[in-house]
Amino acid sequence: MQLLGLYNYWVFVVLLMIGFYAVIAKSNLIKKLIGLSIFQAAVFLLYISMDKVEGGTAPIIQAGVPDQIYSNPLPQVLILTAIVVGISTMALGLAIVVRIKEAYGTIEEHEAAAMDSEA
Amino acid sequence: MTILLAVFLLTMLVITAVAIVRTRDLFAAVMLLGIFSLLMAANFFVLDAADVALTEAAVGAGISTVLFLGALALTAARERESGDSRWLPLVVVVIMAATVVYATFDKPALGDPNAPVHQHVAPWYLSETPRLIDIPNVVTAVLGSYRGYDTLGEVFVVFTAGIAVLFLLGSGRPGELFSRPPDELSTGGLKHHLIPRVVGKLLIPFIILFGLYVQFHGEYGPGGGFQAGAIIAAGVILYALLEGETRALAALPESALKVMVIGGALLYTLVGVVCMLMGGNFLDYSVLSTNSVAGQQLGIILIEAGVGLAVTGVLLSIFHAFAARATA
Repeated sequence: MQLLGLYNYWVFVVLLMIGFYAVIAKSNLIKKLIGLSIFQAAVFLLYISMDKVEGGTAPIIQAGVPDQIYSNPLPQVLILTAIVVGISTMALGLAIVVRIKEAYGTIEEHEAAAMDSEA
Repeated sequence: MTILLAVFLLTMLVITAVAIVRTRDLFAAVMLLGIFSLLMAANFFVLDAADVALTEAAVGAGISTVLFLGALALTAARERESGDSRWLPLVVVVIMAATVVYATFDKPALGDPNAPVHQHVAPWYLSETPRLIDIPNVVTAVLGSYRGYDTLGEVFVVFTAGIAVLFLLGSGRPGELFSRPPDELSTGGLKHHLIPRVVGKLLIPFIILFGLYVQFHGEYGPGGGFQAGAIIAAGVILYALLEGETRALAALPESALKVMVIGGALLYTLVGVVCMLMGGNFLDYSVLSTNSVAGQQLGIILIEAGVGLAVTGVLLSIFHAFAARATA
């Protein structure tokens, strides 16, 4: 347990950086948004990893089990709403990409930028 | 055993993420992203976050995949070679990763009950909820009551994002937002594919029923308006994929979706205003009934209904906006 006590956080870092790499290194706008959603999921993982209490269970109180340990409900609430907000803002990003495609005929950032500098 | 499962799931997450970023086929990337979300949901479940796992499974693996596919249909299915050097971003990422990993050594180990995060308000939530609100699911209590103001803000972010998508994708075609001449794609759906159609049709009533259960049982088990909204929206989207957009819009027309989006957000706000008119603070449900516990429960049920309506309406409106653009 002690050895793997930080494994969740390392995976969080790796996922965060994989997502960030896609955002800064990829030219395709859809791929950037996919990277952003990996980045976002990594942050969710960080919060949910912090809610865990050793020997605990989901924070749904069971009558007649007085000594039950419960995991922390607060990070769960924050992330629960963040997931739904995340999909709504992701849809907004995708809608903007669709309009860029219609205006420029491409979803590659460097091609759109080249058109802008020509005009 | 649970440790082994957790390590396996986390490692799979990293492998999937690398595959997503490496592939140039955007269709494959979106499908892998669905698998990534499902693995993430399993991880959340292992970490005792049942409510979050339910939301991630419905939103990440279900609706997000459909929206990305809708966007791919309107743009391009393959990523082109950019020719830019990959070394600079790689160096930046490795340096940042090393910095953050160094910082993790200061973090308490996973599950440490003495971690600072467990010392602040969380013990109060867990010990006082049975007395103040008397519902078993503390996550719903925090979401609906203690932090109800935050949740109202989140609902309005979802609401605003939905309206912005409709502005961006609904323009250029005056009149009804989603209407267009019926063609093979919009009326046909997957009619010619017998197996998905039969299996899907069998599943839809159960998905909707499960969504309603999650909505109304959210005070007692994992669930609530956000999860239920996503599950019901996924059920209707499945119907639209199988039977075509036209039939889905006939079952749940655009006008009904508008009423759901606006009505849901208004219902939440109105509950807050009624609390003020009855002498309490904004969203302080205790004044809604002579018994403060019953008032809290009534308030939570009402605002969860508002959240459920608004989330279902927004997600379906977004889906229809993408689909209408694709077949226009």
